[in-house]
Amino acid sequence: MTTVAVIDYGMGNLHSVAKALEHAKLASRITVTSDHHDIESADRVVLPGVGAIRDCIGEIRRLGIDKVVQDVIAMGKPLLGVCVGLQALMRSSEENNGVACLNILPGEVKFFGENMRDSQTGERLKIPHMGWNEVEQTQAHPLWQGIPQNSRFYFVHSYYVQADDAALISGRCTYGVSFAAALARKNIFAVQFHPEKSQHAGLKLYENFLRWDGSV
Amino acid sequence: MSLAKRIIPCLDVDNGRVVKGVKFVEIRDAGDPVEIARRYDEQGADELTFLDITASSGDRETMVHVVEQVASQVFIPLTVGGGIRTTADIRRMLNAGADKVAINTAAVFNPEFVKEAAEKFGSQCIVVAIDAKKVSQAGEPDRWEIFTHGGRKPTGLDAVAWARKMVQYGAGEILLTSMDRDGTKIGFDLPLTSAIADAVNVPVIASGGVGNLDHLVDGVTKGHADAVLAASIFHFCEYTIEQAKQHMRAAGVEVRL
Repeated sequence: MTTVAVIDYGMGNLHSVAKALEHAKLASRITVTSDHHDIESADRVVLPGVGAIRDCIGEIRRLGIDKVVQDVIAMGKPLLGVCVGLQALMRSSEENNGVACLNILPGEVKFFGENMRDSQTGERLKIPHMGWNEVEQTQAHPLWQGIPQNSRFYFVHSYYVQADDAALISGRCTYGVSFAAALARKNIFAVQFHPEKSQHAGLKLYENFLRWDGSV
Repeated sequence: MSLAKRIIPCLDVDNGRVVKGVKFVEIRDAGDPVEIARRYDEQGADELTFLDITASSGDRETMVHVVEQVASQVFIPLTVGGGIRTTADIRRMLNAGADKVAINTAAVFNPEFVKEAAEKFGSQCIVVAIDAKKVSQAGEPDRWEIFTHGGRKPTGLDAVAWARKMVQYGAGEILLTSMDRDGTKIGFDLPLTSAIADAVNVPVIASGGVGNLDHLVDGVTKGHADAVLAASIFHFCEYTIEQAKQHMRAAGVEVRL
């Protein structure tokens, strides 16, 4: 049995994240919270997020969540970033005319660009990248356990992560460009897609997260 | 290796029950929304859309409970439309577990509402629903206008221009319904669908008129839609979602199977 804190900084629907974690029936307690003590005393932590990055980072800083996230990582607890929760961990984002992020993982968040086309089919690629796309697992990781290679996950985003160091990339996706769908470093795992909306594969990823001790 | 085209079953919900009208006349009871949502999820639906058609706004709380129950059991994206008029309505649905809300009439009466909603919640959860009807005569170039009140009231707004404006205002997706085709089962209005899909840079969901699986394929290949929405062919078990996807794959459309 394990306790999980889902960090609530007022951005987005956390109901689904909590319900997906509950679905695994492994956690004794799931708390949706912004309370520093609750977060730091949990066994593992989820940093979700939807919406505009400037607002997200603004709220994270205003509530002192940036410091808490650093502490959780330093304590070696498993941390799962989801969507904007992944982007927030990077150095900076092009969104909202440029926003400095938490600078925990090295890399940039970039705009897909207007008028993108599929390099093979020539088909126009709409923004946001919305729907089910295949994720290539580029590294073995405890969070991929039992999830078939190239499973589809649900994405909805207009900005993507370009990691400085390819060794951090644990999963790749292609939409006009090849981008980081999942980054992993020690006790951090962060994904661009929404596992809580990705049916079986997503629920399996949450279940793996609940079993993960933070080591690779 | 690419993004799958989505199949989205639509559930019209009246006072907590799924119903399906055929050409706005006969309303047939099609069952319990939670049960139906679970069935579609098991069959491989890519998303679900709920449209609250409850007449009395006092009964909207029922819809919140439906969304809460579905969101606790079904882990795919949920869109909720019908009666979304204020940012408080949006907040309530998102908190209940919806991922996106569809704004229809309120956008027509107050386009600024779409802007406000997108700024507050992000474009990714704001779908603008467009009900369009052909107004051009035979021999004239195609032209469609926006209609409200179930297709009865014209607004004078050109559908293509309106779609562009809504995207500028922050819509992250367009749910396009042909009022000429809705309930007819003779297929999507493909010229309308491609006109809108080609005019905007956000995903477009085609709706209105699906009667068989070829219609779904046409919506993507000829209508250029990113997703196809249908109700009756799935509700009355004429086809399963999986059959629909197999059919689309056989026709060369990328789907999630």
